Amino acid sequence: MLGSEVNSETEARRAVMGLCAAATGDEVGILLKALPESGAAIDLRPPKVGLIMLRGRMGGEGAAFNLGEATVARASVQLSSGTVGFAYHLGRDLVKARRAALVDALWQEEATRERVETALIPIRRRLSAIAALQARQTAATRVEFFTMIRGDN
Amino acid sequence: MYVAVKGGERAIANAHELLAHQRRGDASVPEIAPEQIEGQLQRSVDRVMTEGSLYDPALAALAIKQAQGDLIEAIFLIRAFRTTVERFGYAVPTETVAMTIVRRVSATFKDLPGGQILGPTFDYTHRLIDFMLAAGVEPAPPAEGQPVADERVVPLTELLDQDGLIEAVPSADTDDEVGDLTRDPLDFPAARDLRLQALARGDEGFLLGLAYSTQRGYGRTHPFVGEIRIGEIDVAFEAEEVGFAVPLGRVMLTECQMINQFAGSATQPPQFTRGYGLVFGQSERKAMSMALIDRALRADELGEERQAPAQDEEFVLAHCDNVQATGFVEHLKLPHYVDFQAELDLVRRMRQEHTVGSSEEAAE
Repeated sequence: MLGSEVNSETEARRAVMGLCAAATGDEVGILLKALPESGAAIDLRPPKVGLIMLRGRMGGEGAAFNLGEATVARASVQLSSGTVGFAYHLGRDLVKARRAALVDALWQEEATRERVETALIPIRRRLSAIAALQARQTAATRVEFFTMIRGDN
Repeated sequence: MYVAVKGGERAIANAHELLAHQRRGDASVPEIAPEQIEGQLQRSVDRVMTEGSLYDPALAALAIKQAQGDLIEAIFLIRAFRTTVERFGYAVPTETVAMTIVRRVSATFKDLPGGQILGPTFDYTHRLIDFMLAAGVEPAPPAEGQPVADERVVPLTELLDQDGLIEAVPSADTDDEVGDLTRDPLDFPAARDLRLQALARGDEGFLLGLAYSTQRGYGRTHPFVGEIRIGEIDVAFEAEEVGFAVPLGRVMLTECQMINQFAGSATQPPQFTRGYGLVFGQSERKAMSMALIDRALRADELGEERQAPAQDEEFVLAHCDNVQATGFVEHLKLPHYVDFQAELDLVRRMRQEHTVGSSEEAAE
């Protein structure tokens, strides 16, 4: 029972991290404006750009192989309460990564979680609207091919 | 062997200034921004990311600008950049079935489950120059259709696998021993994971030519495109200090599942075999070439006689990297004065001996 609670908690936290990764730097910045508590945090280690080797699987599902690297911006921050927040984002935007680490930390705090979730709503809405539009545009290219029957000659 | 030379600093600095001036082009035409390259020359960006072996569209766009659109030079810049940055670790391997599909086609079944989705494609265009693009005409907004809700688009290979008609993929249980040619130099014979890594970053033109050679009879594999998928997929990193797989964001990938002719033995009934291609961005030509060569390079494993260049892994893998290739070819431009002096002396001596020999012969 405890295990499943921990899992759903982790899943919810991962979802917030995923949203911040998909959001723009400005969006995460605006989100933090609703959370003045973020000002008191310190950098656990300075934000940094590094590489992560991405991996594929043979046949899409089999044994792994190294596909190629990606640039990743990393940040970790600590609130005055001791709570630590992390972010690893594709790309090189250190400002955004640090902001997202703050969001991760504040989401873990009972006092601020609700406000983080509320502030994420417009981002979530924008991203799902884009995804829905892309899905509709893709769906319009779904094709039905007919096999032509060749003539007798 | 080339030799070190001194001097020339002034001329070199001036040459680079002249290059920057040439790169800028006609000053009366607005300068191109990396964002424009990233947003409007996406296929160039994809190629530079794939062969530079670094997923970063903004950086690839900047490299293309710096290289004046010379993609191999841009790839070189990207490779050089990656050597200056620390590696945090390895991502969780992606399973492409989770991809948000923007294109999916199969040449094997007309009515495959999940359907054929053309997506944005050059296919079926007439390859006529579109002069409207020069006139700056805005494109019409794309048509919208009705997506199938929450559909898991089953890979075609999975369907064939259910009936045992295609070989199984190598088991995912061996993930902890994945070879990495950026850490250890490539050794032969190379395992399939290393071959796929080398092919993924290999030169598109070289791999395309080799793939074509297999179709023309040099290591024939009787291929069909089982499925090409293009789309975005979530990637994650198991960060030790966090304790779970942290979502990194989404990357665009192109995958090709090639289905090839049969393998079988006294104990194993005949089955289709597979070739696999996976690349950054949207590049099905590269993914298809990679899949064809992946299959060709499995000759030994599948008990096929190795006769053709595309089946020779040392030939393919040692020559498919365009940064290595351009380095060695282009180093011929560097000063070889001492070497050449030696050759010059040699040829003069040989000519002298030749002349003496001929005149002696004539005297006899």
